[in-house]
Amino acid sequence: MRIGVFICHCGSNIAGTVDVRAVAQAAKGFADVVYASDTMYACSEPGQEGIIQAVREHNLDGVVVASCTPRMHEPTFRRTVERAGLNRYCFEMANIREHVSWIGKDTERNTIKATELVRMAVEKLRRNRPLTPKRFDVTKRVLVVGGGVAGIQAALDCAEGGQEVVLVEREQSIGGKMAKLDKTFPTIDCSSCVLGPKMVDVAQHPKITLHTMAEVESVSGYVGNFQVTIRKKARFVDWEKCTGCGLCMEKCPSRKAPDPFNEYLCTAPTINIPFPQAIPKKAAINPETCIMKQKGKCGLCAKICPVKCIDFDQQDELVTVDVGAIVVATGYDLFDWHKYPQYGQGRYPDVITSLQYERLLSASGPTGGHIKRPSDGKEPKTVVFIQCVGSRDRSVDRPYCSGFCCMYTAKQAILTKDHIPDSQSYVFYMDIRSPGKAYDEFTRRAMEEYGAQYVRGRVAMIYPKGDQLIVRGADTLAGTQVEVAADLVVLAVGVEAARGAAVLGEKLRVVPDQYGFFVESHPKLRPVETNTAGVFLAGACQGPKDIPASVAQGSAAAAKVLALLVKDQLESDPQVSRVTPARCVGCGKCVQTCPFGAIKLVEDRFGNPKAEVVETVCQGCGICTVTCPQGAIQLEHFTDNQILAEVQALCPPRIRVNYAS
Amino acid sequence: MSASDSRELRIVGFLCNWCSYGGADTAGVARFAQPTDLRIIRVPCSGRIDPLFIVRALVNGADGVLVSGCHPRDCHYAEGNFYARRRLETLKRFLDATGIDPARFEYTWVSASEGQRWQHVVTEFTRRIHALGPAPLLRHVSDGAWFDAAAPAAAGPACPCHG
Ligand SMILES: Cc1cc2nc3c(=O)[nH]c(=O)nc-3n(C[C@H](O)[C@H](O)[C@H](O)COP(=O)(O)OP(=O)(O)OC[C@H]3O[C@@H](n4cnc5c(N)ncnc54)[C@H](O)[C@@H]3O)c2cc1C
Ligand code: SF4
Ligand code: SF4
Repeated sequence: MRIGVFICHCGSNIAGTVDVRAVAQAAKGFADVVYASDTMYACSEPGQEGIIQAVREHNLDGVVVASCTPRMHEPTFRRTVERAGLNRYCFEMANIREHVSWIGKDTERNTIKATELVRMAVEKLRRNRPLTPKRFDVTKRVLVVGGGVAGIQAALDCAEGGQEVVLVEREQSIGGKMAKLDKTFPTIDCSSCVLGPKMVDVAQHPKITLHTMAEVESVSGYVGNFQVTIRKKARFVDWEKCTGCGLCMEKCPSRKAPDPFNEYLCTAPTINIPFPQAIPKKAAINPETCIMKQKGKCGLCAKICPVKCIDFDQQDELVTVDVGAIVVATGYDLFDWHKYPQYGQGRYPDVITSLQYERLLSASGPTGGHIKRPSDGKEPKTVVFIQCVGSRDRSVDRPYCSGFCCMYTAKQAILTKDHIPDSQSYVFYMDIRSPGKAYDEFTRRAMEEYGAQYVRGRVAMIYPKGDQLIVRGADTLAGTQVEVAADLVVLAVGVEAARGAAVLGEKLRVVPDQYGFFVESHPKLRPVETNTAGVFLAGACQGPKDIPASVAQGSAAAAKVLALLVKDQLESDPQVSRVTPARCVGCGKCVQTCPFGAIKLVEDRFGNPKAEVVETVCQGCGICTVTCPQGAIQLEHFTDNQILAEVQALCPPRIRVNYAS
Repeated sequence: MSASDSRELRIVGFLCNWCSYGGADTAGVARFAQPTDLRIIRVPCSGRIDPLFIVRALVNGADGVLVSGCHPRDCHYAEGNFYARRRLETLKRFLDATGIDPARFEYTWVSASEGQRWQHVVTEFTRRIHALGPAPLLRHVSDGAWFDAAAPAAAGPACPCHG
């Protein structure tokens, strides 16, 4: 092989603590290296041109770049060597920035370490084979999981882009949290007026198939070719026939079903449509409270239904779809504030969450939009808002900021004044975080125009006195204790990963961070991609996000999906396992261990069983390679010989060298 | 860190691409200072790590070997780290019989976001290896009887595809 080595300065990022010239000089002495030099910015246009020119001038057939992490620029440089006329897999990288220059200041040691990493890369490259990707067909359909505003936006944009969309939502209606909100910051426009038409578009779009009360059961396959099984939960109503007239709801005698849409502030009829603008507008029976399901009699709804769509024997239904891409938009859930002792842990009915308060403000809510407190239905005159309940608090393992609570608390203070002009709001806060277009102005309006009293400090306790609640806290700006006699206390509860996100993540091979939010592929440059090709993220499932940001990310994910599905064929990564039939004894161990079912046993022409890898299914993990007792199945570019050569480069046998001694 | 004052020892790391290698990158981006002894070999998955690699490094005179993969259940390849855990646990118990101090080998789980944890793992492991000191020369190694991995194929007939 004729190898060229390029050591990047990365400005002073590397050259600051690594003697890059010395590394290049040392590389000239490595086996098969015929050219070595240092370069200011290898990834820049002139840097890449330099590599191409060196390949041509020195007739190179392999390239090593020592620079940043391969997780960043490996694809970049692979394209570079391809432009130079080489196979793009005749390339290796040595990570001398993240793993060397950025973590140590000792130039001498760093230089030695960098040199060894380059030697390792050269030894690996010497054993690389040129690889050619296989092409396979792409299924032109996308699955969107979660029908909140982010999922809705992604679904609509994909459908408008001409792709078929399957939207799966766990609840009875799409809309997510936004459907529960009354008005939205910073414009105070009505939430359902903005969201409603979008929900209707979803229902009416010919390219969108909507499954609600449904969840993803299992996923197999890979980018371009996923097979997804969806479980549609029994709803005991034939939705093909149901017109959403709501007669059954009126007549149902069992009216004590839990009402999650109204945040459990009230109960609902057992056969129910959660809210007037629900999409789809179809009734469903809660089997837990249904007299017919529990006791075997009643059936009033079946008698009353004009289209006879009640079906008490309905079962869960499994549907399978093939899709080429998946968008995850499962949103968030709220922190369980009962973990705190100081807010009464549920003993006081007039301590409620911010989302419950949205339902009290909403005209479609349990009080018809009149603010009435839960205990006695009285109109509250003094309302205390407490921010950061389950945010920015290490003691409950929630050190992060939930992002939008400052803003919605200001909104709720404004709306309180609108509803009850002679009311007074108090807001206990830690800091006001309102970076966003017209956001800071908005929080100022709450204080200046609407007279909300902002108290900087935490609340230590709440206790009842008469029919009021005494909220005792600190005013850290004034350095005093404050007590407010409140009629209603609203907790701005923090944002958490959606219930069940971990299980879904496992199915989709999308990794959650330590708090359960899904991890994007790169925090800056790949914000909607995941590390599983073909699976994208949108909305608050990736981290707390308000509506504008969720919508933007929904559109961004859709753009990624459209860019993927516009291709008729995709290239599979050729770094897959390969069987040497002469060595394979057909034991089938690899077939059993492969997590993706990528290996099958076939017969050779003498009738002997031999393992064979389906290239497009193999994900390149190399688990089989370690399993095979014969060394017959080898992962390309990570073969036993390559990794051993790397070990050998670092630990040459018999000679003990103590560097920097 | 005392390691940086004394002479450097030979520590080899095997890291999976998706979690731990990313975690080491994250530590680098955040400029979390670490001892310089460690050299990292990147593999796609901890399930790709053949215990043979670790033994080879130690036999060849590495003073320590550190393996790190994704946390259990977070494997990019669904279950690779479960295979890894079984293999590495077995290796750990077996090392003693080979005359290699098992304390020279460790495996752990670090995710791509845990830069700080990675810094801690590297620092602690390096400290441990420095406490153990340089690995004693193994007898059979000095005989030169161990095969040269640079030559093709570990055992059996030469493998035609990786010449
Ligand atoms: C009290 C309050 C007030 C707010 N006010 C405002 C405001 O005024 N302005 C503003 O910009 N933002 C506001 N927000 C923030 C807003 O709610 C979020 O930005 C927005 O809802 C995020 O949308 P999403 O689609 O990402 O998530 P969500 O709205 O949570 O939607 C996620 C959807 O996915 C579904 N789902 C979850 N898991 C699964 C699964 N496994 N399978 C299938 N489906 C699943 C859920 O049922 C849900 O329908 C407020 C938030 C709160 C708590
Ligand atoms: S490398 Fe082996 S075990 Fe991994 S996916 Fe490919 S065939 Fe299956
Ligand atoms: S484990 Fe190895 S020998 Fe056994 S079937 Fe698979 S490739 Fe062939």
